[in-house]
Amino acid sequence: MSILNVEGVSLSFGGVKALRDVSMQVEKGSITAVIGPNGAGKTSLFNSISGFYKPQEGRVLFEGEDITRLPPPRRAALGLGRTFQNIALFRGMTVLDNVKLGAHVRMRTGLLSAFWYLGKARREEAEIREQIEREVFDFLEIDHIRRHPVANLPYGLQKRVELARALAMRPKILMLDEPVAGMNREEKEDMARFILDVKEHWGMTVLMVEHDMGMVMDISDQVYVLNFGQLIASGKPAEVQANPEVIQAYLGSGDVSTLREKLGARKRVA
Amino acid sequence: MRIGSPKETYIADEALFRTRTQWMWFGILLAMLAIYPFVANMYWIFLLCLISINIISTTGLNILTGYTGQVSLGQAAFMGVGAYTVAWLDNNTGSPFFINLLAGAGMATAIGLIAGLPSLRVKGLYLAIATIGASFILQFIFINWESVTRGTRGINIDPPRVLGTELDNPDTFYWLVVPIMVVMVILAANLFRTRIGRAFIAIRDRDISASVLGINLPFYKLMSFGIASFYAGMAGGLYAYFFGAINPESFPLLMSIFFLAAIIVGGMGTILGSILGAIFMTLTPEVLRYGVDFASPFIDNPSQILSPLRTAVFGAVIVGFLLFEPHGLAEIWRRIRRFFHLWPFRT
Repeated sequence: MSILNVEGVSLSFGGVKALRDVSMQVEKGSITAVIGPNGAGKTSLFNSISGFYKPQEGRVLFEGEDITRLPPPRRAALGLGRTFQNIALFRGMTVLDNVKLGAHVRMRTGLLSAFWYLGKARREEAEIREQIEREVFDFLEIDHIRRHPVANLPYGLQKRVELARALAMRPKILMLDEPVAGMNREEKEDMARFILDVKEHWGMTVLMVEHDMGMVMDISDQVYVLNFGQLIASGKPAEVQANPEVIQAYLGSGDVSTLREKLGARKRVA
Repeated sequence: MRIGSPKETYIADEALFRTRTQWMWFGILLAMLAIYPFVANMYWIFLLCLISINIISTTGLNILTGYTGQVSLGQAAFMGVGAYTVAWLDNNTGSPFFINLLAGAGMATAIGLIAGLPSLRVKGLYLAIATIGASFILQFIFINWESVTRGTRGINIDPPRVLGTELDNPDTFYWLVVPIMVVMVILAANLFRTRIGRAFIAIRDRDISASVLGINLPFYKLMSFGIASFYAGMAGGLYAYFFGAINPESFPLLMSIFFLAAIIVGGMGTILGSILGAIFMTLTPEVLRYGVDFASPFIDNPSQILSPLRTAVFGAVIVGFLLFEPHGLAEIWRRIRRFFHLWPFRT
């Protein structure tokens, strides 16, 4: 069963067509990866799904519901969690507060109870704290830095805190925008393990954009390949790896005539 | 030196004061505030009342500007709204003072919510200009809505009465304003232990990712404006009762800048910063006045030379803070605490 359906989404900025008629399905409980060369439109696709950009054409369905026109906070409330390519932690807060903020949509404390810190506020803060400690901090092994301001943490840990923040939301689908970009091998292995655990122990659906082919091929169930805003291939990692168009998109082709043909085709589309 | 503060429950670990030392210092502070009016003279009690009013307003502005990142230059005008509401109620209905104060704060909140509407579209300098616009409009209303505000002549307000006693002097008024100040500061501190306060900080740090994480930006921005104006309205109402008379000149734009300077000097986005900033901004002119008095015998014609100099020194001190201590007095306080934390083993 697919949890997320992207149907014929097109997005353009002025004359630049970032996405053209992109369709994809994300199966529940799977790890789906979107790959493609730089500027292929992967992050644009992500932003269209999380509500940052409004696609001009097409629909985004989440659990069968059309969310194309919903503002981002409503999508978060439905269960779309995500991390960002360039770390988007709140630098003025501690690790604990950042992660607690991830649980914002699951909390209901009102203004009055927050001011007096009685009743709901007190109860909810304690509950969420306990949940975060048990589910997130233990799991991601960041309990030792909970009181640290995020600004001073090393890069790899910041990435992990961002994942923690997304997990605190208990999303139905977790969208990771380049989770291992800029990491060393050890940090990458840790992150891959966390992503697999998220899928296997929590049963969470993961959708990720990633450049690291090794990781994509190792852990994903389904791979979509974007190039110049168009979907050029999809399938199991092994199938995609063998697809000549994908190889061409990544490595380029030495053949001048195919390049001409391709440029001509693009002109006709535009 | 404190080595650790082990906790057995998460509630204990989430508390406002997490160590016994903090509780002790808080108790000492309250005790000092309680004996202060019996040991200080009238002038210093007056000053502490004024500081308390300024702390309330500064805390409100710090919630809006320091924590939520929405620059506002309307805080004094919102104080004016609270003050005029209190003055009108006091003169026309004779309702008890606490109702008047709450009504003043409520009215300021309503006006603040309207004045905050531009924040949904603009931020930074543009928002600052928009709030200046709001404060000019309010100033215009204070001057020209004669039937309510009595224009430039201003309004007199009778002192509040508690159990038949008139709080007409600083030493009695002290018992009204200081408890309100303490409660409102604690309320503000509580706010930032909950989801609402975290949402404010998230909007300040990265509004776009806050929105993707499920924070409704317009709702929380307006809420922040509402809270800041509530604090301003309460401070304005107390101001009206304290001075017994207000006129449109009582709440100039310069006063809004005073509060903005207070949060910068004190420390943006810290509760302690609001307190220290308000104290600093209220006391520095007084201290400088003592300096002038001290220097007077040695200089000819002191009032003409030293009074302008006093203003210039005040300005220079603020510039100095911006340059050398951009995180404000709260950061100095933290450094001192850290020093004593490990003292005498590592300093």
